[in-house]
Amino acid sequence: MTAIVHNVSPGLWRLAWRRLRADRVAMASLAVVAAFLLMLVLSASGLIVADWEQEVGVNYAPPGFVGAAQPPPAEPAQAAPTQPMQAAPAQAVPPQPMQATQALPDNPFDPLADDIRALRAQLAAGGAGAIDMYGVTDPLAGDLAQLRGARGDTSAAHAGAGRLATLPFGADKWGHDIIKKTIKGGETSIVVGLVAALLAVSLGSLFGALSGYFGGVVDDLFNWFYSIFTAIPSVLMILAVAAVLQQKGVATIVLILGLTGWTGPYRLIRAEYIKHKAREYVLAADAIGASHWRKMFTHIFPNVSHVALVQMSILVVGFIKAEVILSFLGFGVPVGVVSWGSMLNEAQNELILGRWWQLTAAAVAMALLVTAFSLFTDALRDALDPKVK
Amino acid sequence: MMSDTPLLDIADLRIAFRADRHTTVEAVKGVSFQVPRNATVALVGESGSGKSVSSLAVMGLLPPDATVIDPASRIRFDGRDLLALSAAERRALCGKDIAMIFQEPMSSLNPVFTVGAQIVEVLRLHMGMSAAQARRRALELLDEVGIPDPAVKIDAYPSQMSGGQQQRVMIAMAIACEPKLLIADEPTTALDVTIQKQIMELIARLQKRHAMAVLFITHDLGLVAEIADHVIVMRHGEVREAGPAQQVFGQPQDGYTKALLHCRPSLDARPWHLPVIADYLADVEHQRFAGGDIAEGQGVTPLHPLERQRGYGPDDQPLLVVNKLSKTFHLREGWFGKREFQAVKDVSFTLARGKTLGVVGESGSGKTTVGLTLLRLHQASGGSAMFDGRDLLAMTPREFQAYKRRIQIIFQNPYASLNPRFTVGQILLEPMRIHRIGADDRERTAIAHELLEKVGLPAAAFQRYPHEFSGGQRQRIAIARCLTMKPEILVCDESVSALDVSVQAQVLNLLQDLQDEFGLSYIFISHDLSVVKYIADQVMVMHRGEVVELADSDQLYRNPTHPYTRALLAAIPRHG
Repeated sequence: MTAIVHNVSPGLWRLAWRRLRADRVAMASLAVVAAFLLMLVLSASGLIVADWEQEVGVNYAPPGFVGAAQPPPAEPAQAAPTQPMQAAPAQAVPPQPMQATQALPDNPFDPLADDIRALRAQLAAGGAGAIDMYGVTDPLAGDLAQLRGARGDTSAAHAGAGRLATLPFGADKWGHDIIKKTIKGGETSIVVGLVAALLAVSLGSLFGALSGYFGGVVDDLFNWFYSIFTAIPSVLMILAVAAVLQQKGVATIVLILGLTGWTGPYRLIRAEYIKHKAREYVLAADAIGASHWRKMFTHIFPNVSHVALVQMSILVVGFIKAEVILSFLGFGVPVGVVSWGSMLNEAQNELILGRWWQLTAAAVAMALLVTAFSLFTDALRDALDPKVK
Repeated sequence: MMSDTPLLDIADLRIAFRADRHTTVEAVKGVSFQVPRNATVALVGESGSGKSVSSLAVMGLLPPDATVIDPASRIRFDGRDLLALSAAERRALCGKDIAMIFQEPMSSLNPVFTVGAQIVEVLRLHMGMSAAQARRRALELLDEVGIPDPAVKIDAYPSQMSGGQQQRVMIAMAIACEPKLLIADEPTTALDVTIQKQIMELIARLQKRHAMAVLFITHDLGLVAEIADHVIVMRHGEVREAGPAQQVFGQPQDGYTKALLHCRPSLDARPWHLPVIADYLADVEHQRFAGGDIAEGQGVTPLHPLERQRGYGPDDQPLLVVNKLSKTFHLREGWFGKREFQAVKDVSFTLARGKTLGVVGESGSGKTTVGLTLLRLHQASGGSAMFDGRDLLAMTPREFQAYKRRIQIIFQNPYASLNPRFTVGQILLEPMRIHRIGADDRERTAIAHELLEKVGLPAAAFQRYPHEFSGGQRQRIAIARCLTMKPEILVCDESVSALDVSVQAQVLNLLQDLQDEFGLSYIFISHDLSVVKYIADQVMVMHRGEVVELADSDQLYRNPTHPYTRALLAAIPRHG
């Protein structure tokens, strides 16, 4: 042994941090995770994307690099009343009723051809009323035009004129900026992932500590619970708990994931406690008169905490994905709360129409975070326990 | 050392390990030595001396990406430069011409294959034998290394054999291909003394019969006195002394060699203090390692003129009276079966105030169980332990809490008995907090600093973590932790067994000083009879859970009455 020359004495965490810092992949992935967390904090505190609900773009405004949507047949007129705005600026003015003559060419074999021709002539002469593209008279067309005119006066300033045809990353069906929506959605997803993982690991650590330390009947009891929880397929379990809780909300999801996810950490922490309780340093603590609680949490827990930490970071990744799946299945966050899962859920209808940008934004953000987090977890495990490498 | 050409010729070997990207640690600093054909060479050194690293370099077993072997280094075996060979050539050579035995037979043998299968594998791989041939040869080998009933044992799994038998199997595997060089790396350190003696004899016999060279690596200079032709003493990656065995043992030239020879307590004399390395090394050396393990001066003249007298006298007051202590473990066997194992059977003894009781026995003798049961770290199955008028074993846990500070334990492995996540300060303060010793943390910190000084550690140690200290220093920390509670009885469970010989002497001196100063009573548990002879007033010899002999230490060593005691004494390696 060499003489110790310097005064600082790095603890095991600091040594782990040193190893981590030497690992480039770890630092890159940590930077990505940190960027996401920063985003989360800023958006949660309202410093950024507080205005994500503003309808800044036109409905389904495509990303800037794709270019504005082609004007016509995108939006059938019937869809208009349910929506605040039309599809493209070209249609900002109410669509002109089609001229009968232009609408459809005469069909010589149509048995009603004569009637239609007469009708069209009458309309053309009268000038009032409108015929839709199928050549059918719309009795309310005039009222609709009037309504639109009236509304156009009041809302043109904020909606009609100011809305953009394209946004950098596109817009959803209400014209929300996708990038802001993704950041806001990330807030929910990451919070759910982190808090649920914290809950699951806390429960798992506590149960594992009690079970592994005391053994015997306590161990049997917890193992019995563990067996029940792991015997049921996890998705089924999640759906069952979701059905029982019946209340939609972020807290519910956290609870569901936390209550079903403790089994993994429990198993590992229990094994560590069984291993450590027979170690000499625990015997020594026993010999100096330390209480059970003290031995469990002051002595043993710091020595197994790296297991809990690595478990936690694995669970964060898993729970972010689980939240997405839950939301996709409709058990997730309530309407009005945006998360990556709810974005993907919306995107399943949009994809048929060729609007891929919401899906892409949510999926890319999630993939980036999950990949970075997984890489970081790996590096963290190596740094905390270099022997496993 | 020169015959014609030496079998193994190591010249200027330099090996460094990469600690991280920027720093390397030099483990072997220009070592040169030779192993002649058909001779036994002992490579002796304490932990960190580079002896094992040198031998692993010969075998090519060092981790390639963490090791830097200096390009100027030469390892010539039988005229070929090992370092210049390809990995495949090296593999063909190692195992066939060079074989190795390791310290831990249990972890060197594959637990899922029978020992026969493992020997057969070696034979088929290197000798190209058929399965039937190899099995016949394996039987011969097992017979040769002294495995009883080899026809049955060849199909046994390693776990079904004792440690000594496992090491014999390892030796059988090593000599299977008639190697020219056998490297034995601490082959007996994990074994009991009586087994150690048998293995040493076996190696010596095989060396002669097979006309091979043996490179015997050990920390224990006394061990190789009988078998070595040449001795090389290493320290800190350098060769300190090399020469024929008679010369090294008879007229050691180097101070370090002298220290190694004398630090180990001898059976014939009991000096007031054991000599430590610092007593033998030049002052320059002394200062160079100041702050390390070696530097703590004892403040006493190195070789005390007086011999210490040991033994119980008529006016000793009994402090702890143990009567018919027994401990039974219940083992599960199969699904429903249960087996009882009596680890301790009706052990009775008396410990006097300020005296030391030595407990000696081999592994499985129940000596450690006695210690742990007295501290109630195991629940006793029967008997009593009267301390201060109360039976320690009959108290409720709540009542016993107050007694915990009065009877303390120092464990064998200083690497395992200190919580790695606690600083030394936390380790020392904790017992005082639990037992409310000292008014506040400031006072406790002052006590802790005082104790650190007492056990010979710098005050700066307070802020550091256990992993920054060497084994001897850690054992001092463990001792200081016990002293915070001012115990009356200290159980030392193999407390110096894991330490290097020179460090062991320092810790024994420290324990002795503390006994002189505080009047502590020790229960000193050890497998090492010479250590027990040095430190104990009374010695209790245990065998299979029973006390076979209990007597004053001088009397026990002079006139052992029980055959087992005699066997133990005969197994102690003697030198000079």
